[in-house]
Amino acid sequence: MKEYQTITEVSGPLVFAEVDEPIGYDEIVEIELSGGETKRGQVLESEDGVVSIQVFEGTDGIDRNSSVRFLGETMKMPVTEDLLGRVLDGSGNPIDDGPDIVPEERRDIVGAAINPFAREFPSEFIQTGVSGIDGMNTLVRGQKLPLFSGSGLPHNDLALQIARQATVPEEKREAAEASDEPRAGEGEGEGGETEFAVVFAAMGITQEEANEFMEDFERTGALERSVVFMNLADDPAVERTVTPRLALTTAEYLAFDEEYHVLVILTDMTNYCEALREIGAAREEVPGRRGYPGYMYTDLATLYERAGRIEGQDGSITQIPILTMPGDDDTHPIPDLTGYITEGQIYVDRDMNSKGHEPPIYVPPSLSRLMDEGTGEGLTREDHGDVSDQLYAAYAEGEDLRSLENIVGREALSDLDNTYLDFADRFEAEFVNQGFDTERSIEETLEVGWELLSMFPKEELNRVDEELIEEYYHEDAEREPVEADD
Amino acid sequence: MSQATETEVGGEGRIASVSGPVVVATGLDARMNDVVYVGEEGLMGEIIEIEGDRTTVQVYEETSAVAPGEPVETTGEPLSVDLGPGMMDSVYDGVQRPLDVLESQMGAFLDRGVDAPGIDLDREWAFEPTVEEGDDVGPTDVVGVVEETETIDHRVMVPPGSDGGTVETVREGAFTVEDPVAVLDTGEEVTMRQEWPVREARPTEEKKTPTEPLISGQRILDGLFPLAKGGTAAIPGPFGSGKTVTQQSLAKFADADIVVYIGCGERGNEMTEVIEDFPELPDPQTGNSLMARTCLIANTSNMPVAARESCVYTGITIAEFYRDMGYDVALMADSTSRWAEAMREISSRLEEMPGEEGYPAYLAARLSQFYERAGYFENINGREGSISAIGAVSPPGGDFSEPVTQNTLRIVKCFWALDKDLAERRHFPAINWDDSYSLYRDQLDPWFEDNVEADWPETRQWAIDTLDEEGELQEIVQLVGKDALPDDQRLTLDVAQYLREAYLQQNALHDVDQYCPPEKTYDILSAIKTYNDEAFDALDAGVPVDEITDIDAAPRLNRLGTTDDYEPEVESIEEDVAEQLEALY
Repeated sequence: MKEYQTITEVSGPLVFAEVDEPIGYDEIVEIELSGGETKRGQVLESEDGVVSIQVFEGTDGIDRNSSVRFLGETMKMPVTEDLLGRVLDGSGNPIDDGPDIVPEERRDIVGAAINPFAREFPSEFIQTGVSGIDGMNTLVRGQKLPLFSGSGLPHNDLALQIARQATVPEEKREAAEASDEPRAGEGEGEGGETEFAVVFAAMGITQEEANEFMEDFERTGALERSVVFMNLADDPAVERTVTPRLALTTAEYLAFDEEYHVLVILTDMTNYCEALREIGAAREEVPGRRGYPGYMYTDLATLYERAGRIEGQDGSITQIPILTMPGDDDTHPIPDLTGYITEGQIYVDRDMNSKGHEPPIYVPPSLSRLMDEGTGEGLTREDHGDVSDQLYAAYAEGEDLRSLENIVGREALSDLDNTYLDFADRFEAEFVNQGFDTERSIEETLEVGWELLSMFPKEELNRVDEELIEEYYHEDAEREPVEADD
Repeated sequence: MSQATETEVGGEGRIASVSGPVVVATGLDARMNDVVYVGEEGLMGEIIEIEGDRTTVQVYEETSAVAPGEPVETTGEPLSVDLGPGMMDSVYDGVQRPLDVLESQMGAFLDRGVDAPGIDLDREWAFEPTVEEGDDVGPTDVVGVVEETETIDHRVMVPPGSDGGTVETVREGAFTVEDPVAVLDTGEEVTMRQEWPVREARPTEEKKTPTEPLISGQRILDGLFPLAKGGTAAIPGPFGSGKTVTQQSLAKFADADIVVYIGCGERGNEMTEVIEDFPELPDPQTGNSLMARTCLIANTSNMPVAARESCVYTGITIAEFYRDMGYDVALMADSTSRWAEAMREISSRLEEMPGEEGYPAYLAARLSQFYERAGYFENINGREGSISAIGAVSPPGGDFSEPVTQNTLRIVKCFWALDKDLAERRHFPAINWDDSYSLYRDQLDPWFEDNVEADWPETRQWAIDTLDEEGELQEIVQLVGKDALPDDQRLTLDVAQYLREAYLQQNALHDVDQYCPPEKTYDILSAIKTYNDEAFDALDAGVPVDEITDIDAAPRLNRLGTTDDYEPEVESIEEDVAEQLEALY
């Protein structure tokens, strides 16, 4: 391997060096500083005689005398089942004082795209135990469903709650056609319910947030079946662009070689995108919207699209990326491009949070695109779709009436309108607000739904099949006597 | 060049630089838009810029580890598709590589450097001549048919570039796509397979004004904003507003002979859904499998960006081929924004001067070139065929003022605006009736008058007026509440609610409701109008509005969409409405 001491330019996270042999695009580079410290980087552009290198650990300390070594290969992640229970840094090196990792294989971190023809359409219901998700925006195996949040909101608590509670209920699983022999739960699996392996990739989160995650993982014993990648706020920004790829390469190995059902949590995608922008700016690229690179959609897609199921394979990758929307604005390029790639989104909302609701999920704009495939008879329950539609419609009506209530007051509204207003309040306080430590089965969630819907006279429930109303409607619920023509 | 030909490779250069999908080669003697093979692995690419000795190539595959000094070979031919029987019921990537073949060659993940022909070269098709020896044939004239699928007869044509001649021999029997089925006196051999460069429109005789609707089975589209066969439409909407569901409904139910569905830079799971669902679903026209008339092009968002740029051209070239045979083709591109972004990405790597929002200055030109390839045509062979192009647009942040939406709106004549508010209320299809328009209405009205009902245009206008009025009233309701309105306005709100819930809303997941024939579309609307007329008569007779809106026959309108045998129910509702209302005065 040749060593060069030919650095001609250092600019932001980029280093330019002259070379006299062809260097492959995306190849890994080691830069040894005069002090003996080694930094790693990746070839961003390779020309005859000159390469530009993006340095993961930051360029400080690099001078013209630093030596550059090209390793002749693209970035690889050593993968093995033994990674479960380990904590790694953002570049994939262990930081938990554990034993050395003996890899089964070293895999290219730029994963190949799954052939759409080889995919299996996700349809297995995952019970997260959170009503706002299970009832209204159901998650299924192989889906990518991000949390759209804002700074200072408890999205981490929600992510942890999902990671802790996510199961595929036994009888549902038997009913689902696709799962022949899912992995039995390891550790303290309850009643043979399937457990997930969790791959957790932190990008630029603070040490405190990281501690929160780690403590929860340790407390609940989840760490044993987790692989943790930590790129913290004070770690180099450029490293953030590789962290999720390392994590997803690991997840792909666990899912499609070791047949785990893997839940990947990526937090915080906003920091990842900032890192992309930083590199783009340093390369003097033509910027797209708000200075983010024009290829950000493609780049994000190469991460998010690594979720899914493959026909004939038992494992799956389900992704929950978390992003904090700058200024709570969902038209900002990061949430916007994410929403166009992912299969829905869950909004973590500031107003709901200030009302004290836990988790503060704002239901109307939230969406799970795969919900229809994963719910209904044999999957969850026959009334699931109708109940969810009716709750959506009633809550939307209640929200509309709230603005009217602000103007004319409650007294000026009809009894039915008042019921809608009460419904909207109770929907938030009882259906959504369940607490971060409460786990609800899908039956419990639907029961709460019916309790709330039974506030209305039967005729008002126009989105629910009449037979289902007969079966589930609470006849004895407290109701204001409603007469349309009083 | 297409995947099927083994062309002599000429002119070899070497790579000077690599940056993502853009590779610069030196020493290459090649023409603009020619296909080249890049590097030791022979990755497929296309020449997009020539400057002095430096030739810029966009590569259709991942370029990791490709290094300067590696060879670049040109094929001397532009990017082309293979045209011939076998395209229906196929799933291709953006450069017409069949995805099922790729899976069998390299497993579940897409590796690189693998080629596969777009049509099966070994399969034999039963060819039946439609010309006889001694007949004169010209370019694109049909010489025979093969049964491509149970639905589609594939008409084998003389290539457009041919000079024509007299048929010397023509053979019936089973042949592969490369066997000559007819020989002309000029010595020209006609095979089932043709090649055509994707960036060039296939020639036609004349573009005509479309006068027949493309029936979509969607009430709001057929009823209020119809698209013509040979027309162009855009569906813009923010994420989560139902673009893909709408596109898929159209692909399933549109009364076109052929459907070309391009998944351009969209979700892998969505394409999988189409791949899994379509073979199971019956075509409403023939009852055969939907795939028997469908060609899918799936270039998902994580597949190489250059192939995304080319996939819309691959799709429309295939569509043109079937149009030449005399078929009505519907082409859906989901989403054209991803295509535009692919252009932007390549353009920025070329360091071109950017136009609006970083898009290349030629964005508008490329979009209009694409949509202009749609239309109702008289073909060279005298047959008539059409391509209806329906492009989804994904405006960032749902802001319709962005360049892709605006440039598309300048071209298309049908605009189906999706609305996030409606989607959040689970009003689907979430097409906003105030913002949407169709410029085909007037030219299609005669068809609807002749084939459905004579007062189709008037009934539609009544619905539009009522909805407009509701829009204005809602603003007042937001301020003072519904009860403060006078009775007639409250009744209008009630009628408009039925229009929205019984007519405009349509459940794409319900077995019956997902497809609504135009006769049913008309009947539902006319039932609501009957209720409206009877109700206003009752109001004039002094019946209080609460009593009118309280009759139990009217809510049955809401279940008409999901009723299979709707005609007796429409009649019964109309009778009951009249009876119950007349009983009030």
